[in-house]
Amino acid sequence: MRNTQMSKKKRRRENMWGMLFCLPCILGFLFFALLPMCTSLYYSFTDYNVISRCNFVGLDNYKNLFSGTDPYFSKALWVTIIYVALSVPSSLIVAFCIALLLNTEVKGKGIFRTIFYLPSIVPVVGMSAVWLWIFNSDFGLANMLLKAAGLPKCQWLSSESTVIPTLVFTNLWTVGSTMVIFLAGIQDVPRQLSEAVEIDGGGRMAKLLHVIIPMMTPTIFYNLVMGIINGFQVFTQAYVITQGGPNNASLFYVYYLYREAFQFMRMGSASAIAWVLFVIIMLLTVIMFKLQKKWVYYGGE
Amino acid sequence: MSMTRKTKKRGMQILVYALLIFGSVLCLMPLFWMIRSSLMTNVEIFMVPIHWIPEKFRWENYKEVFTTLPFLKYYANSLKLVFFVVTGAVITSSLCAYGLARIDWGGRNIVFSCIMGSMMLPAAVTIIPTFLMFRKIGLTNSLIPLIIPAWLGGGAFYIFLLRQFFLSIPKDMDEAAYIDGANHFQIYCRIILPLTKPALVVVGMFAFMNTWNDFLGPLIYLNSDDKYTVALGLQLFIGSYRAEWQLMMAAACLVVIPAIIVFMLGQRYLIEGITMTGVKG
Repeated sequence: MRNTQMSKKKRRRENMWGMLFCLPCILGFLFFALLPMCTSLYYSFTDYNVISRCNFVGLDNYKNLFSGTDPYFSKALWVTIIYVALSVPSSLIVAFCIALLLNTEVKGKGIFRTIFYLPSIVPVVGMSAVWLWIFNSDFGLANMLLKAAGLPKCQWLSSESTVIPTLVFTNLWTVGSTMVIFLAGIQDVPRQLSEAVEIDGGGRMAKLLHVIIPMMTPTIFYNLVMGIINGFQVFTQAYVITQGGPNNASLFYVYYLYREAFQFMRMGSASAIAWVLFVIIMLLTVIMFKLQKKWVYYGGE
Repeated sequence: MSMTRKTKKRGMQILVYALLIFGSVLCLMPLFWMIRSSLMTNVEIFMVPIHWIPEKFRWENYKEVFTTLPFLKYYANSLKLVFFVVTGAVITSSLCAYGLARIDWGGRNIVFSCIMGSMMLPAAVTIIPTFLMFRKIGLTNSLIPLIIPAWLGGGAFYIFLLRQFFLSIPKDMDEAAYIDGANHFQIYCRIILPLTKPALVVVGMFAFMNTWNDFLGPLIYLNSDDKYTVALGLQLFIGSYRAEWQLMMAAACLVVIPAIIVFMLGQRYLIEGITMTGVKG
């Protein structure tokens, strides 16, 4: 009897402590995640523009986006999808290859790992200035090198057809953070499995295809999901390097959203744009989680 | 037989090194190009054949950057911001991680799932209402909107990372302290925090990097240029001095080099931390 009373008292005390320790982050979740989500949904049905009164307009903001009244919406969506479709697979493949190289018996592994990781901590604004200069079509280093090699000039950032590939290329510069995660995963692949392939007379290729890649699918999946979520939110490069140009060829979705909200002060329609992004990312994530059953291997199941 | 195998292995090794060195050159080249251009005259930067090392190091470029824009002021603002964000993020995310990892209480699972869910939430969706909220209470054009979130958990990722570390500490240590009459706050301060210093350093570094590199946040909240952070100051510089590449590179160095220095100081902890949890910031 006394015992249960004690434990009840203890329970209550533990609940109090738990609540107290988690209080900051509970408040953070309420004020910086839940509440903003709800208010932005509400604003997306209004014509709020900060200055005049806020009127309820029903689905008008969404209709404007999908009917093509706002021509930039489909452009921005399309540009961003192409960027994601090019940058996510390319960075995953490059990161995976570097991780494979670093997983061999090389000296100075730690130094190489640091060098490859370094670019991902460099401030994007600072790097954007450097890319502007390197890919300048008249005087940049990239064209200087092409010329030295006897190749024709490229327009890089100043042509509609090359601006996205150029930005995809600059994104490859920061694959180090993904690579480090792959490397950690590869090092965790059980040795017996690779040895089993060796005993069966399989070479490097067999080891890669039948052991390393299947065992790495959870890590690949994680990097794929995060890559897509982050790819849809590219902003700084668009703002600093291209300002969405030339001719809106790099009008990234979040840059378009920023313009709508903070340059034109159309908070209502910007909130609708934000919610469409949210739904797209949610749908993609759900689809990927559904599809993962077909290709992601979780050991021990 | 074994001879050819040996040479084949040797060839393979040389290929691996060649690829790694080529990749490293590609990684370092843009940074090197930035630094070398920042120390040249506006004639030398364009010279063909390419000058890789400046004939004479032109430190005046930096002086010019500091006189055209109040970069010292931007540094002061950035440092102030970084200080408050890093302390806030380390304190509150570790408190919350302790609450999730070491206290068995009723709301634990639901709080944990909310935090994990918010990790997937695109920042772009919440930025408009958050801005409007701070605007309503008159706190825009100050560093406060950029600091407050750090004091309220600091970010789902940090909490997740610290929780992983805290879970790996054996329970019997704090149980012994508990029997001796210590409460959770004392256990947190005296047992858990000292044992997880490396993880706290990792969180502090991530918080530093993210704040130093943040662009969208300062861009939205700060509108008078005496409040600007270095990242924003650089953008102002890029906008107004587009043809003066050597000055632009000097300004870029001023933003990039502090981040590299901090990374170099703590890179061991940082990469180990990412490797350990399998997630990135």
